[in-house]
Amino acid sequence: MTNWERFLETFFKPEMLVKYWPDILKGVAVTLELAAAVIVTGFVMGLGLACLRAYGFRVINAFIIVFVDVFRALPPLVIILLVYFGLPNVGINLPSFAVLWLVLSFVLAAFAEEIFWAGITATPKGQWEAARSTGLTFSQTLVHVVLPQAIRIGVAPLTNRTIAITKNTALGTVIGVPEILNQATTAQSFTGNATPLMMGAIAYLVLFVPIVILGRWIETRFAWRRA
Amino acid sequence: MDIILNQFLNFEIMQKVWPLLLRGLGTTLWLCVIVIPLGLVGGLVAALATTSVRPWIRWPSIAIVDFFRAIPPLVLLVLLYSGLPFAGIRLTPIQAVALGFLLNTSSYYGEIYRAGIESVGRGQWEAARSTGLTWVQTFGFVVLPQAVRNVLPDLISNTIEVVKLTSIASVVSFPELLYSAEMARSLTFNSSPVVLAAFMYLAILWPLVRLVSRLERRIAS
Amino acid sequence: MKRPLLEIVGLTKSFGATEVLREINLAQDERELVFIIGPSGSGKSTLLRCVNRLEEPTAGRIMFDGQEVTSRSADLNTIRRSMGMVFQAFNLYPHMTAIANVTLALRRVLGRSREEAEQIGRKALADVGLSDKAESYPSALSGGQQQRVAIARALALDPKIVLFDEPTSALDPELVGSVLAVMRDLKSGGMTMMVVSHEMRFARDAADRVVFMEGGRIIEQGPPDQIFGRPREERTRAFVGELDR
Repeated sequence: MTNWERFLETFFKPEMLVKYWPDILKGVAVTLELAAAVIVTGFVMGLGLACLRAYGFRVINAFIIVFVDVFRALPPLVIILLVYFGLPNVGINLPSFAVLWLVLSFVLAAFAEEIFWAGITATPKGQWEAARSTGLTFSQTLVHVVLPQAIRIGVAPLTNRTIAITKNTALGTVIGVPEILNQATTAQSFTGNATPLMMGAIAYLVLFVPIVILGRWIETRFAWRRA
Repeated sequence: MDIILNQFLNFEIMQKVWPLLLRGLGTTLWLCVIVIPLGLVGGLVAALATTSVRPWIRWPSIAIVDFFRAIPPLVLLVLLYSGLPFAGIRLTPIQAVALGFLLNTSSYYGEIYRAGIESVGRGQWEAARSTGLTWVQTFGFVVLPQAVRNVLPDLISNTIEVVKLTSIASVVSFPELLYSAEMARSLTFNSSPVVLAAFMYLAILWPLVRLVSRLERRIAS
Repeated sequence: MKRPLLEIVGLTKSFGATEVLREINLAQDERELVFIIGPSGSGKSTLLRCVNRLEEPTAGRIMFDGQEVTSRSADLNTIRRSMGMVFQAFNLYPHMTAIANVTLALRRVLGRSREEAEQIGRKALADVGLSDKAESYPSALSGGQQQRVAIARALALDPKIVLFDEPTSALDPELVGSVLAVMRDLKSGGMTMMVVSHEMRFARDAADRVVFMEGGRIIEQGPPDQIFGRPREERTRAFVGELDR
């Protein structure tokens, strides 16, 4: 066998491709589900926390800042393992999918809060003054005038951060979530062949390369000219 | 309540596993000392390549950088560690981990540098070159310093990410901090070692996180 | 004799240790255009911003249309509806069209329906001469046009007084005229106006009363002829003299 044929045999064995692509596809479905769930929960929580912070209650803000700092400073894997293996010992039994979703959502929420908060504080004071001087309440001003501008400012950093965190779904393999990497490594250990691994890598690329490219486009597109 | 304290904040166990974790921390820091400087240099190379005026350098570079930004770091590690042997290349754990992290972080640092370089106005280049400075001198003395200052919070932020990333190496049995803590956990059936590891990460990274927040606030104003 | 629309009594404002306003007493009747002049740092803008409590007075009372603005239980949002404010930096909402800028408060504060608000908004824009720019975003408008949209935004709520904080200071000279024209129309329509500005010619032509401030105090006030022609106070004379030079 030539070197090329051996390479193909090791990494792209046709029988393996056929046999395992359903499993990989199942993994893709799980990864996508997770990613979608994490993004929705993370954004909603992050936006909510940032808005809450805008009201300026000292005690609440202290809690928010601590929460956000801790979830930005700790490696996600540490939190995942702590929650997954620790909670059952105090009586809380969560399935691995739920653990992964919760932890990654909180992490995304922490980063999203900081980004939205930066956007809120970057909105010129004059916007608040103009709106309040027409009799709009604090909440109305926040929702209709400030948030749209804050979110616009935050789109680019938020996109990057979201991509990074949804890639962390691969960590689910450590606690048995049947996402792509898990399916790939399981198949690989059964067959002693690297093809499933290669299939997993390609699945990730197919998912994330377009998103990375989309992220580039969003970065350039989303700075709108201020009045 | 007691169960919670015993399971997560058992100081006796923490004391016992402290030396083990300290060694793991040392390995973590050592890994960072290797990967971060190399990543900063690699990032510079990536930034120069992706902003090159020659398309035959620029497009492949962008493709490579996007590849390493798209693939999850853990997948990359597993590929290098478990997949390469099939191609006849057997890397030691440290080599696989170092290479994987280097490729990953160079891509991210590269993108940050690129944004920084692009944020330095054309006028700076033109002014410097028109006084006779070479391209290298202009880049080194005029452009790069300004670029770095503009993206300093992002650079620090990414460095924080690299330190956090080292915990992933535990999955391929690399004996850094999390691996040591996990081992201690399975031996003691108690989560306190992992809590201790978490505190260690916080001790190092929390100040940096605060620093980044303050820098970002100052730049925005 | 009708009571004044706006009464300021003993207004004092300090920022930390610095006293910016000292015991200001000022009354303004309906339909009056009060024009406030003075060197920078004299507290003119601060005075204006205290009227709708964008700045919180340190001491003193402000009565507007029979209500005490400075009272702790004052319903600020309701009071502010009857006061319009125009800012030096325009402060238009960049993510909304001109018509949306004008109708936001109509819909959210006054609770008008979309159609009602549109009607009122378009009339306001027509009054400032910008009907054709209703669907434009602020970034597509010149400075003068933006400021006129800002005026329309303030007018749409049918206020009893409009406060102008250096409305033309941020405009290129050739655009100033269009804004002043709108202000003149407003005056002839009978609107009560309090204006802080450096546009002295406008003051001479349109103001009912000119107030000269310095160092946080009102030095002199009176009709434009007096302040610009025969000032009684030495400092007024010095300031006005500088202007003519």
